[in-house]
Amino acid sequence: MNPVDKRRREFLGSAAGFAGAMIAPGVFLYDYANAGVSDGASRPRSPAEPASASVRWGMLIDTTKCASGCRECVDACNRENGLPGTTRSTDSQWIRKVDLKDLRTGKALSVPVMCQHCAEPPCVDVCPTGASFKRADGIVLVDRHTCIGCRYCMMACPYKARSFVHEPTTGQKPDVPRGKGCVESCTLCVHKVDRGGTPSCVEACSAAGHGAIVFGDLNDPQSEIAKRIREVATAQLRADLRTDNGVRYQGIPG
Amino acid sequence: MKAGFVRGALVAALLLAGSAAGPAALAAGPTLDPARSGPCVEDPKVMRRSHMDFLKHDRDDTVRRGIRGVKHSLSACVDCHASKADGRVLGSDRHFCQGCHAFAAVKLDCFDCHASTARTAPAATAAASVPGAAR
Ligand code: SF4
Ligand code: SF4
Repeated sequence: MNPVDKRRREFLGSAAGFAGAMIAPGVFLYDYANAGVSDGASRPRSPAEPASASVRWGMLIDTTKCASGCRECVDACNRENGLPGTTRSTDSQWIRKVDLKDLRTGKALSVPVMCQHCAEPPCVDVCPTGASFKRADGIVLVDRHTCIGCRYCMMACPYKARSFVHEPTTGQKPDVPRGKGCVESCTLCVHKVDRGGTPSCVEACSAAGHGAIVFGDLNDPQSEIAKRIREVATAQLRADLRTDNGVRYQGIPG
Repeated sequence: MKAGFVRGALVAALLLAGSAAGPAALAAGPTLDPARSGPCVEDPKVMRRSHMDFLKHDRDDTVRRGIRGVKHSLSACVDCHASKADGRVLGSDRHFCQGCHAFAAVKLDCFDCHASTARTAPAATAAASVPGAAR
């Protein structure tokens, strides 16, 4: 082996060790979360400051605690964001409860699925107007002032996370404008997060005694969410798509 | 102040509404419910002419950059200018936003999406937002 090859081999070896456990070339047993990249604990931001790229908001959903049939998070989301809560195929749903069953083992799961706040969001890639965008702190939103309702983003989203508003809206909340002709999805309760709050689904899940959702800054090594994803095996849905989701799940077959 | 408003409104009405309103109605100006608190974030004369530009500028700071509590915030307009009776800026030509826009004959579509009800409850009638009242 010539010296260049040796160096390359060492470099590739260490890179693979860092990125995950490679069991064959290009085949990884685990892909580690890229958490803990910031230098220290996040400082609470004043609402007058812009969102900071040193923060990456995310959620961890513990599927072993999420109860089948429970819809507390969905109902809280509807209340917080002024959604009608109806579930016709054309109605807005920011969180869906999805029931899964592995037919080979019989293992059943019930999980909430919402916008995964992808680091590489396909919805943003395809949006022709720039209405779909990712904030500095990782929250993916639709700027309804710019959205033309073409629904490309709905087609591009691998998680069916977005809804189109088909009918005139009523009962909007002052912090959550929404109207006919625009696409919308989970905002991570950005209006609360900007003021130091927590998404309503997380609060409702805790209040119901399940505590299945943890919200926090993935970049802050001291945050509960960063600690948890360091300690337990968690997965991003369809990690093969490499959208690098901010929402992670514990207890799903990876 | 009142005279200034009438003059400004008169100009706006002449520019925008053509000859639709008679001189007497124009001189009177729209009769609007008073704001619930004051003073406004800018001089009322400036606001009358430029509020839409202020709002457009600051909305990007809030939506895209996450800055809350901007000086020119539509929800803050609503909180102050909502009617004392029902907490809204729409509903009749005495309601602040609807009344002036009707007078100047300018289409008002902010409230197709935004809540037209004040955050702070004014009276017993303050519902979250009244269904079917977007216009
Ligand atoms: S989950 Fe869908 S809507 Fe959310 S960021 Fe990813 S692609 Fe966009
Ligand atoms: S529907 Fe709106 S947000 Fe979605 S791709 Fe079209 S313009 Fe962009």
